[in-house]
Amino acid sequence: MNTMTSALRTTNHRHALQDMGKTTFKVRDLNLFYGKDQALKGIGLDVPANKVTAFIGPSGCGKSTLLRCFNRMNDLVDICRIEGQILLDDEDIYARSVDVAELRRKVGMVFQKPNPFPKSIYENVAYGLRLQGVNNKSVLDEVVERSLRGAALWDEVKDRLQDNAFGLSGGQQQRLVIARAIAIEPEVILLDEPASALDPISTLKIEELIHELKEQYTILIVTHNMQQAARVSDYTAFMYLGDLVEFGETNTIFTEPQKKQTEDYITGRYG
Amino acid sequence: MKLWWKSGAPWVWLNAGAVAVSIIMVVGLIGLIAVRGLSHFYPSEIIEFQVGDPELGLGRMVMGEHVRSETIPVPVARDAGIAVPPELDSDDLITRHLIKQGNRDVTGNDFAWYAELQMSEWQAPPDAMRLERREWGDFYGYPIRVLENGEVIAEGEGLWEALQSRVERANTLFRELRRIERNDVGVISSEMEELRLRERALQRDPGIEPEVLQAELGQIQERQSVLQAEFQTLRGEIDILRRELYRDTLVATVTGGQEVQVRIGDIVRAVQPNSLSLSAKVVEYVQQFWAFVSGEPREANTAGGIFPAIFGTVIMVLLMSMIVSPFGVLAAIYLREYAKQGPLLRLIRISVYNLAGVPSIVYGVFGLGFFIYTLGGSIDQLFYSERLPSPTFGSPALIWASLTLALLTLPVVIVSTEEGLARIPASVRHGSLALGATKSETLWKVVVPLATPAMMTGMILAIARAAGEVAPLMLVGVVKLAPTLPVDSSFPFIHLERQIMHLGFHIYDVGFQSPNVEAARPLVYATALVLVLLIVVLNLTAISIRNRLRERYRAASD
Repeated sequence: MNTMTSALRTTNHRHALQDMGKTTFKVRDLNLFYGKDQALKGIGLDVPANKVTAFIGPSGCGKSTLLRCFNRMNDLVDICRIEGQILLDDEDIYARSVDVAELRRKVGMVFQKPNPFPKSIYENVAYGLRLQGVNNKSVLDEVVERSLRGAALWDEVKDRLQDNAFGLSGGQQQRLVIARAIAIEPEVILLDEPASALDPISTLKIEELIHELKEQYTILIVTHNMQQAARVSDYTAFMYLGDLVEFGETNTIFTEPQKKQTEDYITGRYG
Repeated sequence: MKLWWKSGAPWVWLNAGAVAVSIIMVVGLIGLIAVRGLSHFYPSEIIEFQVGDPELGLGRMVMGEHVRSETIPVPVARDAGIAVPPELDSDDLITRHLIKQGNRDVTGNDFAWYAELQMSEWQAPPDAMRLERREWGDFYGYPIRVLENGEVIAEGEGLWEALQSRVERANTLFRELRRIERNDVGVISSEMEELRLRERALQRDPGIEPEVLQAELGQIQERQSVLQAEFQTLRGEIDILRRELYRDTLVATVTGGQEVQVRIGDIVRAVQPNSLSLSAKVVEYVQQFWAFVSGEPREANTAGGIFPAIFGTVIMVLLMSMIVSPFGVLAAIYLREYAKQGPLLRLIRISVYNLAGVPSIVYGVFGLGFFIYTLGGSIDQLFYSERLPSPTFGSPALIWASLTLALLTLPVVIVSTEEGLARIPASVRHGSLALGATKSETLWKVVVPLATPAMMTGMILAIARAAGEVAPLMLVGVVKLAPTLPVDSSFPFIHLERQIMHLGFHIYDVGFQSPNVEAARPLVYATALVLVLLIVVLNLTAISIRNRLRERYRAASD
């Protein structure tokens, strides 16, 4: 029964998104278990390319878990088990032949709390490239500058690239982490509540940055903050207790939600 | 009163009191060692007095340094053979003084007790002289004249300057002599030993062609005769130096007037402490202390310096750190990062933690049984068989002492490294993994650097424990007197198979095994002070490295 309704839902969502163009991820019947507990129930959706897709929902609804499926960060949890498919460019990222490190290079991720490495600003941004064996100074210089400019941080740090990254403020650190992610030119960037640990001004800067980044990257963002979802995203998915309740264009979701649950959440009746 | 209890003030007092007691104990400990140890080097006054029976009048002259006084009851004094006047009750106390009178070659014993009853007023004659000698301990007396090859060179005016310059010359010659004996002769004799071993190995080789054998043996003999000739030349040089060294003689009188001849080649330093100004005394003090720290021990460790012990301790601790840190860190990384967490791992972890509680002497026994007899014995069988039955690695040695201590401190390093790794936030690891790093790349580029301060903490604890350890070392490589340092100029420069001296063992040896208790006592305190200072220096170095690392990785561990 459960599977049937979710299949039905998937078709509905697909219908709703017919005119959104190219898709990046296709999620099919995704079930995820932590031991015996099911955290995601039959999720199916298509993530549009070069758009910002926001995942909203109350705490524990599985939105962060779903986000972590896209770059297989859930692999780090021993008791986690996954059924179903996620296709990136029509290839199943959970297939046996997939190199996880390769996948993560295509699907970058930024976490809730800024997590720079104990290195200089320069080396933080260059880290991903050095992993790929790029050690050419001029190449690295160029990429570091481009990435820091892309993350709107260049002007603030260009004179102290060799300083330790821990000397930056929280908002700067978060933009540094974004610069680090885009330095390896991924296709997709996953943002897991990227602004929740930041002050309002830093939050604003991150939101502006998201706007700029979607020109080049497909962005998936998890957020608690519905205003933020409304401001930055093109599409919004509302999740509740492991189910994908509703998915559609952000305007539609926020103005005329199809489901009662969505409406209740958006109007602040629970969550 | 009840209110006072409720206010919590008693607890504050109790806690503050505990802190105060701890501070008093630490300060008292260090203070006692420092005062007793450091005062030894201050040039104390030389006193002279007469002793004898008060009834019969005074007789013999005594000269020396006052060490300490004590009061004893009359019966004890009578038992000790002191002539106590009969009018004194058995309840009365009399004072006696311990005098370091030196001149062991003249008087037989260099420390003696004198009861105050027997003594005249003491005075400090300005020209009284103390000679520190290479043999027979200190000498107290008055300088009379300096002889060169039996001819009088200086007497009266200018005598002291002449003596000082000749002592200096003799010391230079002595150092040169030691250098030749130790380095040049050492190089020749070690090459001779190698040749002898090669000869033996050739003769024992069953598969060798007779002609080849003859040729090889011929070469060896040729080289041997060259070395022999070199050795003879050196012997000649040594003889000349030795004759030069003992060219000069000091004629001195001991108290009472007897004339004694002292070879200036035997004198380490000559002082007239009674006529020194305060600043000259300070200079003398610093020189004495430096001589103690940088010199070699003499006379069964009861005189001279402790440099070989300091050097041995430092090199052993450094070697131990070099062995224990990679082992401990790698083991901890495996336990924390790779091993499957489960009951087996818990068992292993508990065993490792409990190793820290095993008494250190047990490690010594293990080191002797496993490292020396088994491991060292096998090394000898495999690589040094021509030297058998005399062992090379199969006997106590620096390497085994360091290995045993490394084993002893391994749990400390493992525990601190594991704790350090556990404290690295998962977000940092995830950040690296999300950039496409593999687990090992993440580990070595991000996690391990962040855990280095914790590793340094482990090293600090390990060094503190290892440097002060004595019991296991007696079994695995530390000796009372090592003929050579473990590091010198002959190949391969660091001699892991040599035995070493160690400050902790030196304290034990000087304190308990010394034939001359009174002479050794101040050295025990001084050596203990040096050991404490050495551990402090080693620890401060490690702590400053750790703080620098912490500063660098400060924010990540918040």
